[in-house]
Amino acid sequence: MDLKTIYREIVNEHNLHPEHKESLVQPTYELQGANPTCGDDITLQLEVGEDGIISRGAFTGSGCAVSQASTDIMLELIEGKTKDEALALVKSFMAMVHGTATEEELEILDEAQALKDVAHMPARAKCATLAWHTLEKMLAE
Amino acid sequence: MDIKAIRNDFPILKNSDYVYFDNAATSQRPRQVIDAITAFYTETNANPLRGLYAWSVEATDRYEAARERVSRFINAGSPEEIIFTRNASESLNLVAYTYGLAELKEGDEIVLSVMEHHSNILPWQMVAKKTGAKLVYLEPDAEGAFSEEELAKIGPSTKLVAITMTSNVYGVTTPINKIAKLAHANGAVIVVDGAQSTPHQKVDVQSLDADFYAFSGHKLLGPMGIGALYVKKTLLETMPPFLTGGEMIEYVTRESATYAELPHKFEAGTVNAADACGLAAAIDYLETIGFDFIEAQEQKLTTMIYERMKEMEHITLYGPTDPTKRSGIITFNIEGCHPHDVASVLDSEHVCIRAGHHCAQPLMQYMGVGSTARASLYFYNTEEEAERFLSALTKVRGWLGFGS
Repeated sequence: MDLKTIYREIVNEHNLHPEHKESLVQPTYELQGANPTCGDDITLQLEVGEDGIISRGAFTGSGCAVSQASTDIMLELIEGKTKDEALALVKSFMAMVHGTATEEELEILDEAQALKDVAHMPARAKCATLAWHTLEKMLAE
Repeated sequence: MDIKAIRNDFPILKNSDYVYFDNAATSQRPRQVIDAITAFYTETNANPLRGLYAWSVEATDRYEAARERVSRFINAGSPEEIIFTRNASESLNLVAYTYGLAELKEGDEIVLSVMEHHSNILPWQMVAKKTGAKLVYLEPDAEGAFSEEELAKIGPSTKLVAITMTSNVYGVTTPINKIAKLAHANGAVIVVDGAQSTPHQKVDVQSLDADFYAFSGHKLLGPMGIGALYVKKTLLETMPPFLTGGEMIEYVTRESATYAELPHKFEAGTVNAADACGLAAAIDYLETIGFDFIEAQEQKLTTMIYERMKEMEHITLYGPTDPTKRSGIITFNIEGCHPHDVASVLDSEHVCIRAGHHCAQPLMQYMGVGSTARASLYFYNTEEEAERFLSALTKVRGWLGFGS
């Protein structure tokens, strides 16, 4: 898919009308992530219940359309999942970026698969992976 | 002068449909520069300054001729005042690690400006941390000019002023001569970052009265990996060496050493002779074109682009309102669009610009923006390229989902 199609079909919608761009009052987890060279700067927040399931995900901050859209798509994907399932999604996304993802790994990424070709652009891969790296770090702590 | 003929000298421009508007990051190189580098390796490659045979002697001659060429280019007092480095960053670090650490002490003030590139901030932060000297920042107005009030921060406690001659974000040229006078009247030295000015205007370090002047070769048609530092001889004579090792010594015993004469004392190890030859060829090329033509061509295109962008909706322009004061640099933002997305859209139209903080985060903070997009021109750019850039700009918001 060329960049223009990716923007039109997926990035613009999530960038201009993000579902998860808000601030949670009492998040279980919170972590800031940044790409200092581009100025992408986001703060992720998660609410995790006693059953270990991520009930809500939110983000604030600023950045390019790709980083903002990728964050929104990721949060959509991990709501209702356990921490381990979320980490498996991160692993799949990174595998997709590196071009080593299996069919199953791609499948669980659902809408995030649309970012595959952006993630392969060296100049934009960092924008696409920022939220995922931040999530991984947050859940590993 | 015929732009087409000029562009024919640049192999990368000749056969490509890319519009290269990122000249403030690095310029392109003409065939003459590439040939000079090849000539060194194919005709006389040997380790300069050491050998006792013909190739090495010729390698030494070409390297020293390049130094002499740089010296004439910026009108240094003598070639000994020119030290070859990798780039302007290394030149500025050399000043900080040698002169800075040796001469500054607690309570001294280092005056620099908010418009500096990180290369002219971080070395001074290091000096301040190690010596207890204090950093004092000059704040420019929205056009990049310093008021008398700001310049009055240069005072009796000032020991060193580090300032850019041309801002890589605003494109504005600072009044070095005036600032040098103020520094010298207060007993301070002035370090000038010439990375962005040297490619675009005739520089005379003696008439500027700069004590130190740093620049890179790659921004003025030369190879990457070669730059220069000019140091006034009286200062150079008292400065301790920067890096130590081969060919910068006179005598070495197990415990001590005496150093080689100037400027070799500051050039440890095998030097980058081939790229120095490339730099000399770049200077020859620039002077053949002439700075009158370079400035006229840049101003013509910058004015055309600036005036047209001013009329466009959703565009914010930063820096001088007089386009002839921009040294070919146009920094801007498009409403609702992150500069990285702007650069991606332009890339898909084969237009190359820079997006980000331009290694000038304190200035971005001061301007109240996270990042900006920047188009930067050089004398080989054309009106046709300017039209393609302007036309690509009009597509950005549509691409990113606005107004459709």
